[in-house]
Amino acid sequence: MKRILLTAAVVLAALSVLTAQRIKGSDTCLPLSQQEAESYMKAHPSASLTVTGGGSGVGISALLEGTTDIAQLSRRIKFDERRKLQAQGKNVKEVIIAYDALAVIVHPGNRVTNLTREQLEGIFTGKITNWKEVGGADLKIVPYSRETSSGTYEFFKESVLQNRNYMSGIMNMPATGAIVQSIGQTPGGIGYIGLAYLNKSIKAIHVSYDQGKTFVEPSVANAKNETYPIVRPLYYYYATDSEKVVKPFVDYVLSAAGQKIVGEIGFITVE
Amino acid sequence: MKRFRRIVEKIAEGMLTLSGAVTTVTILLIVVFLFREGLGLFKSPAVEKGYALCVNVANPVDRLTPFQIKQIFDYAIVNWAELGGKDEAIELFRFDDIFSRYSDEELGAENDYALLPDKLGEVVASSPGIIAFLPEEYLPRDLKGVRMLRSEHITAGDFFGGREWIPTATPAPQFGTLPLLLGTLWVSIIAIFIALPLGLGVAIYLSELANEQTRKLLKPAIELLAGIPSVVYGFFGLVVLVPLVQKAFGLPVGETGFTGSVILAIMALPTIITVAEDAMRNTPRAMREASLALGATHWQTIYRVIVPYAKSGISAAVVLGIGRAIGETMAVLMVTGNAAVIPKTLFAPLRTIPATIAAELGEAPAGGAHYQALFMLGCILFLITLVINITAEAISKRQHNKGL
Repeated sequence: MKRILLTAAVVLAALSVLTAQRIKGSDTCLPLSQQEAESYMKAHPSASLTVTGGGSGVGISALLEGTTDIAQLSRRIKFDERRKLQAQGKNVKEVIIAYDALAVIVHPGNRVTNLTREQLEGIFTGKITNWKEVGGADLKIVPYSRETSSGTYEFFKESVLQNRNYMSGIMNMPATGAIVQSIGQTPGGIGYIGLAYLNKSIKAIHVSYDQGKTFVEPSVANAKNETYPIVRPLYYYYATDSEKVVKPFVDYVLSAAGQKIVGEIGFITVE
Repeated sequence: MKRFRRIVEKIAEGMLTLSGAVTTVTILLIVVFLFREGLGLFKSPAVEKGYALCVNVANPVDRLTPFQIKQIFDYAIVNWAELGGKDEAIELFRFDDIFSRYSDEELGAENDYALLPDKLGEVVASSPGIIAFLPEEYLPRDLKGVRMLRSEHITAGDFFGGREWIPTATPAPQFGTLPLLLGTLWVSIIAIFIALPLGLGVAIYLSELANEQTRKLLKPAIELLAGIPSVVYGFFGLVVLVPLVQKAFGLPVGETGFTGSVILAIMALPTIITVAEDAMRNTPRAMREASLALGATHWQTIYRVIVPYAKSGISAAVVLGIGRAIGETMAVLMVTGNAAVIPKTLFAPLRTIPATIAAELGEAPAGGAHYQALFMLGCILFLITLVINITAEAISKRQHNKGL
């Protein structure tokens, strides 16, 4: 009797694992996917979703190995990643679930408000080292960056530094919260964070991508009307043959209820 | 009955032997694994795996060091003349650039990108100053007008003597461990200089001067310090110590090696105090009494009899404290700023080996050069702590041999 019960339990557990959908990948998307999964499971009690982070690259390799159903990415799939998937006979579908804007932040006492992309590039590659070179006080610039494992680090390098390397000896902080904390207490500090993390202890820089003609403040509204330049899409990728299984959840994320959560977390909704 | 007990005893003995053997084998396996993964680094190509650098066939330059490659792709070197080539401006070409020059149809996208290699070949052949970073899969086939740069391996010289740690630099990641190694040693040594006088003072106080009641209160409190998770120390350091250091020394930034040293000193204190205090309390009663009987004061007894007697115990305490400081990860990760530069002063950000491993291993693709470099860092750390532990062992052995 005991044995039968045990077998039944194992089978049941295996079944529930099989029907559960797995989402894996970018840590930027993690809070969003978790919230979405929670409210989706509340609406559909029979559904079961597990969400894990690890990084965008981890998500894609999990999709390759078949250990996830949806890969969440904070960047677009790379050419050779797509090739690897195709080599396995897997065609992937791409869905943009939200947008994320990056804000450049400084200490609230800093009188610099506007910076161009070229100036930012100079600061983060170590060519500009004093705030007076960009119209501020005579103060050493202390640039903060995220760790190399972060998708935000990659995106900032791509968009603002145009693939140049960060200066060697840039300060690497283990989390966005640590960057906010450090810049709030460092008069010469500058760093980049997701829009959702902006607060009163730091000041957001207005950024120009057109050599200083227009400077745009980072805000949800400006990101939405596409005037703020440092915006990246967040993606879900899934194999076309598992579309039936994952489609209801992806549709839910894109629905009005799902997009409301996007806004609540501080990302920008897909229109 | 007796026989049964004997069997039970035999089984128990067997289990103990087995668990000892299993532990030893596991530890050995871990060490072997560590070194096998780490040493793989020196077989990795200096350019990202699966990629190659191509130049125009007319270009005389045929080898570049990883550091030169990085400087080229950072626009720090802009002319081939600087590398011993012709006076020609360097034109950078990354693989993805091909997609902005040609449409998917022109590249034969439906047909498995069949035309891609030829198009890449055309691009490289048509520009004399070009350096192209291409996946090996799509290298131009007939190589007419195109020359591949000789692929080199990461050398031990690059690794141990390199001054830049930029593991994500493409196409040539920089794995120079010098800044990390110096950062680790710097922070740990200063931490010991801070912790040693404090720790010894407390140990002497506890073992010789404090009355029984204070001791009963203080000792558990100090041992409690050892039980606080290091991330809590790190958080305390980031929120309290960092602004304090910044204001006290008028620095542009508070995340410095010194902040890390202070935190590590606090963390190493319990070890130093406990071990040193035990050593002092082990001074035989006869020696104390003899000293006092000869008319020495309490203080004279402490520094002429007890401290010299406990010398090797105190040294062991110091060495164990250093071991604790060198291996500490989380707290240091949070307060030193993690800037991989060779530290010139203690009041600037620096980066340690354990912090690097903790921060980067999560995303380093398994088996890649970055992953292997992190394992190699682990090997260095292992060797350092091994030496420290052997020293500690040797020192504390000396005490037993001293006989009385």
